[in-house]
Amino acid sequence: MELDFNSPKPIYLQMVDEVKKALARGELSPGDKIPSHKERAHISKVNPNTVQRAYQEMEREGLTETLRGQGTFIKNDPTLLVQIRSEMAQAAVKNFIEEMRGLGIEPEETERILRSQLYKGNEGG
Amino acid sequence: MSMSMSMEDREIMIELKGINKHYLLKQALTGIDLQIRKGSIVGLLGPNGSGKSTLLKMMAGLIYPTSGSIRVNGREPDVRNKQHIAYLPEIDNLYGWMTVKETLRFLSGFYSDWQADKAAEMLQTMELGENQKVRNLSKGMRARLKLIAALSRKVPLVLLDEPFSGIDPPSRSKIIRSIIQEFQSDEQTILLSTHSVGESEPMFDDVIFLHSGRIKLFDSAENLRENFGCSLENIWEKVYA
Repeated sequence: MELDFNSPKPIYLQMVDEVKKALARGELSPGDKIPSHKERAHISKVNPNTVQRAYQEMEREGLTETLRGQGTFIKNDPTLLVQIRSEMAQAAVKNFIEEMRGLGIEPEETERILRSQLYKGNEGG
Repeated sequence: MSMSMSMEDREIMIELKGINKHYLLKQALTGIDLQIRKGSIVGLLGPNGSGKSTLLKMMAGLIYPTSGSIRVNGREPDVRNKQHIAYLPEIDNLYGWMTVKETLRFLSGFYSDWQADKAAEMLQTMELGENQKVRNLSKGMRARLKLIAALSRKVPLVLLDEPFSGIDPPSRSKIIRSIIQEFQSDEQTILLSTHSVGESEPMFDDVIFLHSGRIKLFDSAENLRENFGCSLENIWEKVYA
């Protein structure tokens, strides 16, 4: 896991993102068991309280559920993946739009550049 | 599974008010006010001579403040605090003529809270041969043994003075792993001094930056990173530049 301690994003949220990314990439699936927060802390050498906070956040967001005596699982919800992919896509686009805005580029121009880049491969081929 | 408290609600483990410490020719600590929460791992950071060891020794009850008040787990620390505190000194406090096994057996005789199973487990993970003589251990291996000695006790407060100093990276990494593994966040507080921030950064809940015997910064690691917009390691560069 790559945690960036220089990032403005708190470590516990970076840890939540890692799980979401693993889900989006298919490395984790709904219903999968994930390590306990103690195990996770040990594996990643991160403060157990920070890891616990990440686990609480995942539970709060409905990403995971804890079954008494069995451990923590990715929620077995088929819509979860769709949600996460959409959420991450929205975030990526939002980021992009903000950067373009920061460069002082008008929305129409942004759209034009985006289109030309998106379909560049097709035109060329 | 117990409900976890949020860090803010936790009780105070250590409280220092207006602490000053003079040595004969030196002012070691000046106006220290500090509250350490139960269940946290706290980094005590600062260059050599900034007062880290003095502060830890005071919490361990080995030295007394010149003025000010200190309470550790509800009482004023003195030598009897050994019963409630595991203290890892910076100096080498082990006997060279003992084997690793003998060292641990020797220590277990002192402390009623000694956990022999924990010690055995850590010997395994730290890859220490129990029949080796202490004097034949490398510096890194001795550091591992010292850590086992401190973490094998079931105590509310663990004070580690420079557990990484002069230690090879593999040992450092093993020590960090073991601290995280053995830390009982529901009932334990760990204070750890170091001047190598980088690797230990992920361990800390709260961080104290000491400079010339005074507290420069004291906050949660998360808040510090947010306020400075960078890692503790980079904050260090700014604070001690």
